[in-house]
Amino acid sequence: MEQPLTQHIKKDGSVLSLKEYEAVGGYQGLKKALKMTPKEVMQMVKDSNLRGRGGAGFPTGMKWSFVPMDDHAPHPKYIVANGDEMEPGTFKDRVLVEGNPHQLIEGMIISAYAIQADISYIFLRWAYHEAAKRVEVAIHEAYQAGYLGERIAGSDFHLEMHLHTSVGRYMCGEETALLNALEGKRANPRSKPPFPQVSGLFGKPTIVNNVETFNNIPHIIDKGTEWYQALSKSPDGGGTKLYGVSGHVKKPAIWELPLGVSLRELIEEHAGGMMDGYKFRAALPGGASTDFLTEEHLDVAMDFTNVMKAGSRMGTGTVIVLDDKTCPVGMVLNLEKFFAQESCGWCTPCREGLPWTAKILDAIENGRGMMNQLDILSFETVYMAPGNTFCALAPGAMEPLQSALKYFREDFERHIKEHKCPWD
Amino acid sequence: MPLGLIMAKIFVDNIEYEVPDGKNLLEVCLSLGFNLTYFCWHPAMHSVGACRQCGVINFKDENDKRGRLVMSCMQAATNGTRISIEDPRARAFRAGNIEALMLNHPHDCPVCDEGGECHLQDMTVMSGHNYRRNTFKKRTHYNQYLGPFINHEMNRCIQCYRCVRFYNDYAGGKDLAVFAAHDDVYFGRQEEGVLENEFSGNLVEVCPTGVFTDKVLRKHYTRKWDLTSAPSVCHQCSLGCNILTSERYGGIRRILTRYNGDVNGYFICDRGRFGYEYTNSDQRIKQPSKNTDNSSQPLSTEDALHDVKDSIFSKKNIIGIGSPRASLESNFMLKELVGENNFYGGIPKRESDLVHRVISILHQGKVKTPSLKEVESYDAILILGEDVTNTAPMLALAVRQAAKNQPREKAYALRIPQWDDAAVRESVQGQTGPVYLLTTHHTKLDEIATKAEYAAPDDIAITGFEIVQQITRLSQSANGDESSQSFTASVARDLLKAKKPLIISGTSLYNTAIIQAAANIAYSLKDNGKDAGLVYAVPEVNSMGMSMLEQKNLDDAIGRAKEGGVDAVIIAENDLYFRVDRDIANDFLKNCHHVLVLENLQNETTTKADYILPAGTFAESTGTVVNNEGRAQRFYQVYKPSNEMRSSWDWLNEIRNSISGVHAENFDAVVDEMIKKYPELAKVKSVAPDANFRKGTQKIPRETARYSGRTAMLANINVSEPKPPVDKDSPLSFTMEGYQGVPPSPDVPFFWSPGWNSVQSINRYQTEVGGALHGGNPGVRLLEPSNENKSGYFNQSTEKFSRREGEWLVIPFYHIYGSDELSVKGPALAERIPPVYIAMNGKDLEKGNLKDGDHIEITFNQNKLSISVKSENTLPEGIAGLPKGFKETTGIEFPFWGRIRKV
Repeated sequence: MEQPLTQHIKKDGSVLSLKEYEAVGGYQGLKKALKMTPKEVMQMVKDSNLRGRGGAGFPTGMKWSFVPMDDHAPHPKYIVANGDEMEPGTFKDRVLVEGNPHQLIEGMIISAYAIQADISYIFLRWAYHEAAKRVEVAIHEAYQAGYLGERIAGSDFHLEMHLHTSVGRYMCGEETALLNALEGKRANPRSKPPFPQVSGLFGKPTIVNNVETFNNIPHIIDKGTEWYQALSKSPDGGGTKLYGVSGHVKKPAIWELPLGVSLRELIEEHAGGMMDGYKFRAALPGGASTDFLTEEHLDVAMDFTNVMKAGSRMGTGTVIVLDDKTCPVGMVLNLEKFFAQESCGWCTPCREGLPWTAKILDAIENGRGMMNQLDILSFETVYMAPGNTFCALAPGAMEPLQSALKYFREDFERHIKEHKCPWD
Repeated sequence: MPLGLIMAKIFVDNIEYEVPDGKNLLEVCLSLGFNLTYFCWHPAMHSVGACRQCGVINFKDENDKRGRLVMSCMQAATNGTRISIEDPRARAFRAGNIEALMLNHPHDCPVCDEGGECHLQDMTVMSGHNYRRNTFKKRTHYNQYLGPFINHEMNRCIQCYRCVRFYNDYAGGKDLAVFAAHDDVYFGRQEEGVLENEFSGNLVEVCPTGVFTDKVLRKHYTRKWDLTSAPSVCHQCSLGCNILTSERYGGIRRILTRYNGDVNGYFICDRGRFGYEYTNSDQRIKQPSKNTDNSSQPLSTEDALHDVKDSIFSKKNIIGIGSPRASLESNFMLKELVGENNFYGGIPKRESDLVHRVISILHQGKVKTPSLKEVESYDAILILGEDVTNTAPMLALAVRQAAKNQPREKAYALRIPQWDDAAVRESVQGQTGPVYLLTTHHTKLDEIATKAEYAAPDDIAITGFEIVQQITRLSQSANGDESSQSFTASVARDLLKAKKPLIISGTSLYNTAIIQAAANIAYSLKDNGKDAGLVYAVPEVNSMGMSMLEQKNLDDAIGRAKEGGVDAVIIAENDLYFRVDRDIANDFLKNCHHVLVLENLQNETTTKADYILPAGTFAESTGTVVNNEGRAQRFYQVYKPSNEMRSSWDWLNEIRNSISGVHAENFDAVVDEMIKKYPELAKVKSVAPDANFRKGTQKIPRETARYSGRTAMLANINVSEPKPPVDKDSPLSFTMEGYQGVPPSPDVPFFWSPGWNSVQSINRYQTEVGGALHGGNPGVRLLEPSNENKSGYFNQSTEKFSRREGEWLVIPFYHIYGSDELSVKGPALAERIPPVYIAMNGKDLEKGNLKDGDHIEITFNQNKLSISVKSENTLPEGIAGLPKGFKETTGIEFPFWGRIRKV
């Protein structure tokens, strides 16, 4: 089983230096790309069927194709790596950035070439101190080696790259809020259209991709689209995917696996099954802002289409497992508190609705709940549905809640009737 | 992207409407008269999609039965757009959104200043939300002290973000921001303190609820439905912004913006909003009186008229002194009373000449002066010598909007609609189009200027003439000096590149050459095929109107009196000590022998009067004033005072009656007389409907239908309800009875529509949102340019400024709070007046061994003034700046040469 993204990451946790990266074929993809036209690079990425790894699964090549490419296109154009990774339960980008920062940098340079960008930023989660150090060193090495700056690898192409460490708001993971933060403004999302490809960072054409997405690019260019497509088990998109499992399983971790492995395989094989004494009850398949899947969904292939069909989203592909010894209301409360706190305060439903939801869940969890509050919670899940809010934060926050109300209604009612948490 | 040219067919709840293509759906729905709720959208600041209150169901086509919820403010109305406002899902969403907003909004309407005029109340009722399901505590905030104008009550905030969008994005403020996140978001200053921006008062109207409220109103609070209000015109500068002035219990309580789509739009400045307190001052003259050196004897109106006839009109040579702060009608009646040869305008020659020059340029020149609102449509601006933020504040606000035009073109080219405010601003990145400033020193607009240069007044004019040469050079030679980075070359290039270049200047520096240079630049742009505009700020509310009636000025009167040619003088609403040097005023009044003053506040002139008649301010008078654009506008008496105050023209009319038996029966008759005598003022007749106008058989009520206390408020005096006073001068009644619909646009005393109790009801008075008022915007332009350009180009006759050894040319510095005669007499505004100072270049200070704060003595024309110095390094050396109109500097005639000595 091929693991192009993670195969060179060292087991001892140390970083792959530029020399080591080059020794295992690093920057070959870039060199190939620079011999192609930007259009050809973009076409290859399109043909690879790479879909964004940040959670929404939007086809990467298609995203790029909206960048104005004619002679009158505004400059500077920007390319930004979204490494804000603050989704609870998600830590895949950290593994990539800490282990092999040059893979990210190479992916960004190739992508920048494809859209003819001038300036690039790596936007990193505030808490990733080690990753930040390593990226800084890697950027320096890349400049020294001529992969960044003027006349990259002997070509006419030039690119600047900067590291930006966030101040730590979940909102910064939303690409337009990230751009605002990068501009020094409040991390509020922007309305789309206009899309960042047209008016992004500082009002100029901008591509924001997830760290994992960029890590795929050098391999696509280096080894070709057919090879890349074949990595996947799913017709839904090419490549491998970093999957993770957390919760009361025997071996919580991250693995690079073919796109489309089943939820059962992830939990039972790779994570080694449930810890002794714990029974699987449900799982959030792709981070905190996805709907619960239950036992009946264990054989669902973890790709964008099939998880959607099962009533959830693949999201970041990092599974959080709920077991029978953990209170589902408490779990949802924990998540909603997080989302309520991370709301930027821009739109009404999210700013007011999420804290109210969290307060109600807190009351229920602590035995102060009332039956009519379940109706309020149901109403809130509709009130904060996609499209009703300014960005996807609140609708995402409603996903675990609405599925919990569906699958664990009895547990909610027991809390209210017994005036306490049955798990206490 | 010009909107509104093409029409689109849209369907709202399955009914077809024709609307301007591309406008946002919310705006379109409001223009169509639908009750659709909203908070964050504002007609002048457009859409950001934050509050989510305007949700409607949008259907793809007629076969789409499901549709999806969209925010109408963020969707364009295009051909075939189908929406439902009434769909139960949309209704439930909007009600749910109000429920969410009410989670933290206190239920304190009964004690809230905003109550009864609150957009949040209106929207709550409109949405149908009425039952409270929330059982938790509300979040609370600390409030801040924000200065004398604005009260802060953050607990009421519903986070619509309008305040920061107006204050920062629209008005260029820097000290109001949004802090924190989630349901803890806070709008305030970084620390407590005075809100600095000159337009902060608009927060009162922009805020949809009671977070930012009128602190001056709070001092004498009254429920808003209990106010008696009249359409009025701001008297605090020459722009003539339209205002609504409101009274209760015989005092003015507050001022709101009166929307005029051609003048001030939705906003007014803080001097206009809070500068009315002088009308309630204990210095008000309320009773006629006879005065000697040591006594003052109150007179009844009858006795006063009798005495005036005997003591004043028995004299031979009676002259009248008019005033730029008195109405056209008052100036006219004075002129009628004393005769054409005996009427003198109330301003010194220097100022009079300037205003006459402006009038002749606007009338005989070939360049149009745009309305204040139209200023916002220009795409390159040059300001010559005028600190507009302080002399004509709303003009500065208009310039700030105009400065956004050129960069916005780029956003429109990206197909970003102009109503998508956040996206437009993101694309523009705070860039401003060409705005060039040529002033005597740093002014606030410098922050948006492409380039700002500072020069002596004469040098400003010379540079202006050079710009004309540059324009000629650039336009004549195919390879003109494209590369020169000099100020004049840059200005000329950008003005020629623009579609609509605008030149702004004014009278504030008392420099004719600057006014001529500005005209020449505008003429040359026009000659180069540009749609050029020319705006002059003039000193006072009716400077233009008075000058249209004035052939002789105050200096002429002073000269005549000195030669013994005056036996008595009648002064209408004019404090001569504000106009000329104290000694000159003293001598003049002495030389006039007998003095009759019509005035509203006690001042030095009234202390010298033999007779004083109580003249109404704008609040107690009806009249017409002509703004800097030459727009004649009507203001109406707000209430009937219980004392003897009345319009000056009314007093003068009564005096005329008592001496000659000629009596104009009401205001309209005075206007008729005036236009008969001065046909050039004929259009004044059509400024507003005359007093006989009725809607059906009804007058227009000054009080809302909800007005309360009419019977009770005077019950302590008499339990019988008094007969309501009659207004013979206008179609407005002093009561709540009358026509309840939309009155003619000049006669709108308040904005109200069923379900819309806040100022947002303005939507219902407009032909379309943000457009003209029904029946056209109020005001009639009296001056239009001549196609023949009778004025012609002016010759340059100015010489370059050269400094004098040991002397400084002292020029006026203007302050929005401090330089205006009457507004400073109100306590709230007085708090904002800075301490007096004299500004000099740091190098000059150094040479004189002076530092900031040192006291100096300045000597000029036998006068001495002791004052502290302030360094202002942008001011050219050899020039000093002294605040105009301050207590310490009143009556000083600028500019003058003075000697400075350290004390």
